[in-house]
Amino acid sequence: MRGLSGAMPPPIGSAHRPRRWDLPAGTAMIAFIVRRLIQSVLVMLTVALVGFALFNYVGDPVNNLVGQDTSMEDRAQLREDLGLNDPFPVQFARFVVNAAQADFGISYRHGRPVEDLLIERAPATLELSLAAGLFALLVGVPMGIYTALNRRGWLSKAFLTISLIGVSLPTFLIGILLILIFAVWLGWLPSFGRGTTVQIGWWSTGFLTWDGLKALILPSITLGLFQMTLIMRLVRAEMLEVLRTDYIKFARARGLSARAVNFGHALKNTLVPVITITGLQLGSVIAFAIITETVFQWPGMGLLFIQAIEFVDIPVMAAYLVLVAFLFVLINLIVDILYVVVDPRLRVGGGGGAGGGH
Amino acid sequence: MTRSATEPTATPMGHVRDALWRAWDSDILYSFLRSPVTIVAAVVALGLIGAAVAAPLISPTNPFALATLDLMAAFTPPVWMEGGSPAYLLGTDDQGRDMLSAILYGMRISLFVGAASVVFAMILGVGLGLLAGYAGGWVDALIMRVADVQLSFPAILIALLIDGVARGILPREVHHDVAIWVIIFAIGVSGWVQYARTVRGSTMVEKNREYVMAAHIMGIHPVVIAVRHVLPNVMGPVLVIATIHLAIAVITEATLSFLGVGLPPTEPSLGTLIRIGNDFLFSGEWWITIFPGVALVLLVLSVNLLGDWLRDALNPKLR
Amino acid sequence: MTEPLLSVRDLRVQFPTRRGVLTAVDGVSFDIHPGEILGVVGESGAGKSQTGAAIIGLLEPPGRIAGGRIILEGQRIDGLTQEQLRKVRGRKIGAVFQDPLTSLNPLYTVGRQLTETIRTHLDMSERAARARALELLQEVGIPGAADRLDAYPHQFSGGMRQRVVIALALCANPRLIIADEPTTALDVSIQAQITSLLKRLCREHDTAVMLITHDMGVIAETADRVAVLYGGRLAEVGPVDDVVNRPLHPYTEGLMACIPTTHDRPPRLAQIEGSMPSLTAMPDGCAFHPRCPHAHDRCVAERPPLFDHAPSSAACWLWSSEGTRTLERTRA
Repeated sequence: MRGLSGAMPPPIGSAHRPRRWDLPAGTAMIAFIVRRLIQSVLVMLTVALVGFALFNYVGDPVNNLVGQDTSMEDRAQLREDLGLNDPFPVQFARFVVNAAQADFGISYRHGRPVEDLLIERAPATLELSLAAGLFALLVGVPMGIYTALNRRGWLSKAFLTISLIGVSLPTFLIGILLILIFAVWLGWLPSFGRGTTVQIGWWSTGFLTWDGLKALILPSITLGLFQMTLIMRLVRAEMLEVLRTDYIKFARARGLSARAVNFGHALKNTLVPVITITGLQLGSVIAFAIITETVFQWPGMGLLFIQAIEFVDIPVMAAYLVLVAFLFVLINLIVDILYVVVDPRLRVGGGGGAGGGH
Repeated sequence: MTRSATEPTATPMGHVRDALWRAWDSDILYSFLRSPVTIVAAVVALGLIGAAVAAPLISPTNPFALATLDLMAAFTPPVWMEGGSPAYLLGTDDQGRDMLSAILYGMRISLFVGAASVVFAMILGVGLGLLAGYAGGWVDALIMRVADVQLSFPAILIALLIDGVARGILPREVHHDVAIWVIIFAIGVSGWVQYARTVRGSTMVEKNREYVMAAHIMGIHPVVIAVRHVLPNVMGPVLVIATIHLAIAVITEATLSFLGVGLPPTEPSLGTLIRIGNDFLFSGEWWITIFPGVALVLLVLSVNLLGDWLRDALNPKLR
Repeated sequence: MTEPLLSVRDLRVQFPTRRGVLTAVDGVSFDIHPGEILGVVGESGAGKSQTGAAIIGLLEPPGRIAGGRIILEGQRIDGLTQEQLRKVRGRKIGAVFQDPLTSLNPLYTVGRQLTETIRTHLDMSERAARARALELLQEVGIPGAADRLDAYPHQFSGGMRQRVVIALALCANPRLIIADEPTTALDVSIQAQITSLLKRLCREHDTAVMLITHDMGVIAETADRVAVLYGGRLAEVGPVDDVVNRPLHPYTEGLMACIPTTHDRPPRLAQIEGSMPSLTAMPDGCAFHPRCPHAHDRCVAERPPLFDHAPSSAACWLWSSEGTRTLERTRA
């Protein structure tokens, strides 16, 4: 789940070794971004190939389009019309071109263009993922810092125990427990659906109504809890690592206050790798939304995907796969660029007197 | 590690004592005994696994024998609640099935699927890792590229996809019969990368050691060299991955079954039981879903704790 | 003689481990006078760095000061709270560590790290602190200091970074600098520059230095006085000339024989037989006796105290009152 680790620069919190990119910074940067772009395209093509294989070889696309009583001639004609007799590269190229234009064909089950279905459901999934991500970050990062700074405190041990239980609780079970407690027993929060949504253009949002916000609470905690424990453990591990480094020891030796050392120096160095991994986790959040959406009957893309699997709705499956892959690759790219922004060693030009002094 | 002043003696008793001393002195045992949590986890894990294996012997009823089901006893609450019956310690489900028996049998299926997936992933991953590390060149590049791409997606998504494809290819009745193998295949394939990466790394190191070179020159077949010399060196890390993977595999299976794309209700795993019970959450029969859930969490948590401890014990630097 | 700036008496540093308590520093005593450079030598594991860390209160847990006193300008500083110690660190005692590559935070500019330290200790505006930072960079010999203030550490070479580290140690004009192997990680060609810089700055600011190193060459060139540590204990302390040319302790003698000299080069560098005992297996009596050519019964049985033999002192039975006589008789 670490994303394309081979392509990523290693997290720097752990080891501040001098880097090999001593080329003029600008050139190295551009080369780096170009290399990442090429890799992204390759990944997308691989995924498209899988999607295409699904589309064409799992089940007969013609069977799914016509009724039982269609004659062999008609079927052959349809095959020809659909281009299914073309050589493989031609078919694949057509699939890629169509996919690039967000054209994934007609859903077998719903009888509507797949892209329409996805667009309709995207806001639900994206809002849920965003809320879950915010929850994970806003709770996970402070907990991680606290447990790193107060290693032996009982509260730290409690947090760590909770995190271990959090990792061992399957997402769907967390959802069920939350529903049982807050919806069934206490009756405070709704247990399914998005509540009342407001339509803004094609985007439907639950952020603007009290009802919608209430409906968002349980699903986003369910979805974010695993990421939260992950972020907490990551922040803790990185921070402990950073606190052991020489520059922190030296900062202490200079008499800087505990606050300046912990929050000024240690935290900033901790957050660099944390940004990377958190960003990559955002992709998993969108994928894991499948489970949460099923538990809460949340009308998003994940629920659509699960239903597509149950009913072997291949075009929906292929489209969802390509879309998720695209989001992953996009997030990867953004994270890499963010990384460069945060770490001056990778930044173009650097500070005042660049390059000298060697 | 420094051996203590007690010199080993040549007597058989001396040997035994010496071996005991070494075991006592070893870091692994030390760290095990130092951590009460690990001991509890080990006891719980062994207890649950033992109960699951022995389910046909110890379970009060056979939840699959439809003849024994008593619809009149449906929705009996656990024994300590009002209306509970000592015959059904943890209550019954909507068909009068004893929950305790259902959980024992369900755990058996969950563990079987989990363990089989781990073994499958291990064979696949170790094999491909050895191949990649040993062959190098384009074989290595190809395997590791595939691993990279796969690793950028969550395992659950890969497993779902494989399951979906299987449903597309196999006719409905056939799929129903082989569902358990499809799940094992899906979870196994979604988990091989970790093994392959670890094994490949170690293989590339061992490959250039002198004894491997010597074995080469002596004309020993590369497969024999790989199995006899390289494999033992990577078993430690592989064991750690396998333990943690077992927890993940059990969760993945439960998740797939919960989502309704895993095991059919005729062979209910813990995940299937939770899915069935979920329908009765609102009518107040919470035990039908919560007890299988508790069993699942205990199982996964104890295995996770053991895995964590094993990793720390084998590699103290990671702490 | 003037009042010592720093006075360490009977310092004991211990590390509780699961196999028992390790005593890393065992009864070490020495003084540092204002403006003086005290070299502290010894092999790795001899307790030099732990002594330095104990003085600035930065022992790595579970290490702790188990006994003795540390007195700075007449005031005890062992046993201060972290907050009180913080006002000593940087303000009264500066520190320079071994590896300049890892001593600076890679995410902040050099100027920011300097002004932060200055403003922690001195009541200054950001602008004044920046001016002082610039001055300090010029003083430690960073070329084009004005342009380099806003550069990041990775844009400096190793030697230049160590100069920045020294500037950081000097921020609040401390009376003492503890320099732990300040040249070890540097190229040989840079080492001499850094030691002479350190020496010059201390003369100019009247700052004392505790120079921790395993390199007798650096000591011979830089230090005024030397303390030799062995197995966590003080073996010998005295003026550099005496310790180098007329060592009292057999260990120092062996150590000096290891220094290659340009004139009258021995055919082979001498070395002391055996190796320093580990802290887990410290012998009874004198820690050096298993390797000592002069060891006798008393060395095995009883630990020698520090015997004064002006201008140096040594912890060796040879220099007890009766020992001296025997020695003089045998040498005569």
